[in-house]
Amino acid sequence: MDKPITLITGTRKGIGKFLAEHYVKQEHLVVGCSRSEIDWSLEGYEHYVADVSDEAAVKRLFAEVRKKYGVLDHLINNAGIASMNHCLLTPLATVHKVLDTNVVGTFLFCREAAKLMQKKHYGRIVNFSSAAVPMKLEGEAIYAASKAAVVLLTQVLARELAEFGITVNVVGPTPLETDLTRSVPKEKMARLLSQQAIARLANFEDVANAIDFFLKRESNFVTGQCIYLGGV
Amino acid sequence: MNENQKIVALVTRIADEFNEQLEFKINVERGRDAPLFGRDGVLDSLGLVSFVVAVEQAIESELGITLTLADEKAMSQKHSPFRTVGALADYVENLMKEVEAT
Repeated sequence: MDKPITLITGTRKGIGKFLAEHYVKQEHLVVGCSRSEIDWSLEGYEHYVADVSDEAAVKRLFAEVRKKYGVLDHLINNAGIASMNHCLLTPLATVHKVLDTNVVGTFLFCREAAKLMQKKHYGRIVNFSSAAVPMKLEGEAIYAASKAAVVLLTQVLARELAEFGITVNVVGPTPLETDLTRSVPKEKMARLLSQQAIARLANFEDVANAIDFFLKRESNFVTGQCIYLGGV
Repeated sequence: MNENQKIVALVTRIADEFNEQLEFKINVERGRDAPLFGRDGVLDSLGLVSFVVAVEQAIESELGITLTLADEKAMSQKHSPFRTVGALADYVENLMKEVEAT
């Protein structure tokens, strides 16, 4: 059987890079993108430089994928940025940046991916939300709002794309050991973790495990669902 | 063959491909006047989505131009550019001119 084609956004580092390696190990052909060049390479992985909220760049990326592979099996919309600031100290430019990457970027990739996936009447899309949504974390108004938008976007797309054989789901990680959380003070992190049923930081494997489930062929009756980790 | 005729031929070819799957066929013999969507059209909204995507992809592979056909203008026009093969071809031609001008 042909290797499945898996597109992952935001693969330069962190969880995106981990997922690229994870799916290459599972014999997927992985295509990734980030805003800047990467300093690593891997057989079975191909990188593109693209800002996920730049429509022209996104369309170029998909044109390449279509030319090269003709199809797309999986899309993992991992690219995201955070802003941790009191709302009174949040500049408008930050608001636009967070919404552009997290909401607009996710939408653009879903739209273009679905165009490719509908040809084979098969596809799996996994978007990224955050435990910041159900936890309503103070200091993350725009980030949490953008991730709430991703949940609803996913649920509506799940309905619109069901007839094309495409499932759309979301994973909502709790804080992970990443650049996004490293700047959070220790006491605040401890307080956050204490609100989870399982009070520890998530690791990359926890996230990959939830995505593995959504990507499975057998998960064809699972769509529009959001899995929050850690029992939030 | 001028640009418009080329696009009509491309859209008609895609209609032919779709006809292989469609229960009620697009009447391609009517040429530019073949209805696609809306009154007299045989495509339902889902069929139209697939059709528009197929046209976008064909333009990209054959003419090397990347367009988004379902833009705001298309959705707000009084006379839908998706009503017939000819209307769609005219609309595509205009969009291509706009892309080339930028």
